[in-house]
Amino acid sequence: MSTRRTASARTASLQSLTRTMVIWVPDWPVTAAATAAGHPPDAAVAVLEKGRVLASSAAARAEGVRRGLRARDAQSRCPELVVLKYDPVIDARAFDPVISCLEALTPGIQVIRPGMCALKARGPSRYYGSEPAAAEKLLDRLETFEVPGSRVGVADGPFAAEQAARASSAQTRVLVVPPGGSAGFLSPLTVDTLEQPALTDLLRRLGLRSLGAFAALPATEVLTRFGPDGAFAHRLARGDDDRAVVARKVPPELARTLDFEPAVDRVDQVAFAVRAVADELVGRLTELGLVCTTLRVEVGTESGRIHEREWLHPRWFSAADLVDRVRWQLQGSGTATSELTSAVVRLRLIPEQADPVGAHVDGLWGGGPDERIHRALSRVQSMLGHGAVASVVIGGGRGFAERQTLVPWGDRPVAARPPELPWPGSISGTADRWPMPAPSTVYPTPRPAMVLAADGRQVSVSARGILSGEPAAFRFEPTSEPGPQVADSNKLHPVTAWAGPWAVEERWWDEDAENRLARFQLVGADGRAWLFAVRNGHWWVEASYD
Amino acid sequence: MFEHRGVTGTSAGETRAARVTALDQARTLLARAKEQKAAVRAVPAPRTTETRVQQALDTAGTDRALPTLPAVSDLLSGAALRGGAVYSVRGSTALVMAMMAGPSADGAWCGVVGMPSFGAEAARGLGVDLERLVLVPDPERDWLSVVAALVDALTVVVVRPPGEVTSGEASRLSARLRTRGGLLIAVGSWPGSEARLEVQANSWTGLGSGEGYLTGRQATVAVTGRGAAVRPRQHQLWLPAVDGSICSVQPVESVRPVEELPGWQQEAVG
Repeated sequence: MSTRRTASARTASLQSLTRTMVIWVPDWPVTAAATAAGHPPDAAVAVLEKGRVLASSAAARAEGVRRGLRARDAQSRCPELVVLKYDPVIDARAFDPVISCLEALTPGIQVIRPGMCALKARGPSRYYGSEPAAAEKLLDRLETFEVPGSRVGVADGPFAAEQAARASSAQTRVLVVPPGGSAGFLSPLTVDTLEQPALTDLLRRLGLRSLGAFAALPATEVLTRFGPDGAFAHRLARGDDDRAVVARKVPPELARTLDFEPAVDRVDQVAFAVRAVADELVGRLTELGLVCTTLRVEVGTESGRIHEREWLHPRWFSAADLVDRVRWQLQGSGTATSELTSAVVRLRLIPEQADPVGAHVDGLWGGGPDERIHRALSRVQSMLGHGAVASVVIGGGRGFAERQTLVPWGDRPVAARPPELPWPGSISGTADRWPMPAPSTVYPTPRPAMVLAADGRQVSVSARGILSGEPAAFRFEPTSEPGPQVADSNKLHPVTAWAGPWAVEERWWDEDAENRLARFQLVGADGRAWLFAVRNGHWWVEASYD
Repeated sequence: MFEHRGVTGTSAGETRAARVTALDQARTLLARAKEQKAAVRAVPAPRTTETRVQQALDTAGTDRALPTLPAVSDLLSGAALRGGAVYSVRGSTALVMAMMAGPSADGAWCGVVGMPSFGAEAARGLGVDLERLVLVPDPERDWLSVVAALVDALTVVVVRPPGEVTSGEASRLSARLRTRGGLLIAVGSWPGSEARLEVQANSWTGLGSGEGYLTGRQATVAVTGRGAAVRPRQHQLWLPAVDGSICSVQPVESVRPVEELPGWQQEAVG
């Protein structure tokens, strides 16, 4: 009676187990990293994580490079070893096309980790006749895709199938564990295959070196002694892995590509063509319940160059916003009807970041004042261009003009120079602690001027910061630039008070970026105060305290 | 009423009663006809008055006082900055910043149009919140439509018009300002401005000959109101004072009555 019940329970549990096929590409991190770095597949390559070897190529293994070795030890064993850093992103990205190629044969593939994937064996084995035939078919497919040396294991449950794939030989490449034979197949394997270091260490010290020995323990005892993790490992060791194979969900394709044939060389024509695509893209996003907050626009031109730029949006992109961004990117500083330097042949809109619409939903009574402000500012932006509307960030720097950074509305406000650095030599570097008025007018480009001593000669500053004479008068030179003039040119303004020089020597180690100047504050007879600077014997007005 | 009377009327005065009732009837009819006619003719009339009143109420509502720095309010003889109005300022960017500081500190958004040399650091020092400040440094020829777009959403808009402003442009913009309740500060002249503020003289402290730093300044601000009733006045203003604040200096005799002096001295000291 009792044996009959256990037998029926066994068949029930067997039925609940998924017949699983695991495809394993050995040394995948090495393959991915070597391909990304442009090394041939037969080179001696090792991938390091935290200073230790994570994976190595066959050539490196032949020289004795093993997993877990320190980088220096590995290199001493194999001097021509190419050492690459492990990058999980490259790893995952490189595996994506492999999955797509397998999905062409059979759907429902689950990625266990880069280099290993699982699928339900039932479908393909019935289609191709048997499990080995299906496995061969998948391996052939991978060979043609230039992923050689892959192995396949078939067993009950993903864990046993994975171990079967690892146990298969390089010649046969396929190992099929018959249904119900998982426990027997697993029992001689070492407990290290469980990949739970803390648990296996303990098991070893208890004298349980094989999965079979661990599986022989009663399940309830394991649960009370080792907790849920231990119980799960015990189930795996018993060959009772009832995890299902969950097919990966193919992410929706949101990028849109527009090809122009013949090439288009006017901004407004491109913008017109983009309109429909943008509408369709925003519609698709809305269907998925998403809004795009970061957009990348790639423009391919006839000259073969690809101009790409990432655009941020303070809220999210509407279709009109998408068109605007494309227009601004093409336009640069030109106008809507201006011709492009090179005709556009291809345009790609890639929503880099799409958030669920719920995260950006309006309040019950609308989006508040910021919504209205954003709309007004966007309107001005679409009139004048993206950079025309700016918010200001005060950063670090020695001059006032370089301290303020204009950031286009909607972009991340980041100062060009970090404000927390000391910036020795700046006049109001201590402005936070010591309230010294900053100039209310800062000329974006300094205006030429002349400062004269009492004897009528131009004041100069020596290399050691010594003045040739006290400033007695100054004069603004006429500028060719359009715009309001500083003051009446050619009129000599007497100086009533002055201070300086405050010498600044920047980047003296770089000949091109070197900047050596001295600043002065001058007050004219009319009571107006100015910030002057002298560089190489030329005087400039940098700012005015008006 | 007439029927009621007819029914209850005595037989003795029947003819008189009938005559009266006929007259009454005629009167009622006439009144009713008049009423109807008036109603027909005057259907739009009450509505226009209504809208006019409504408009007046609206503008009264948007003609609101904005939070103002005490020093700026002193310049305007104690009044606050009025939303929906245009103020023109000449000769000082710092004074413009001081006018922006009050609303900005209260959470209002400010926009600056056509001033590429706007010193944001000084604005921050004078109390303008840079997180709610937007610059349109170079609006080119579209400055008027840019200002109109900004006035729709921002509370304070500062503009330096590139050329002469015609009174037509000014009145179109001020109509928009009145409905939105925004404040426009024009750097330079502006036809029909609420008040004109001009910095006529400055005197800086802190700088000697060859030593020191600029620390504070006293500005002489001339204020001209709209209309002949307000005569021009001069104010002395710390812009900024040595401690970085903006406050009035001891007032000129003609501006302030003598009895207010103690309070003034206190303010000037503090």
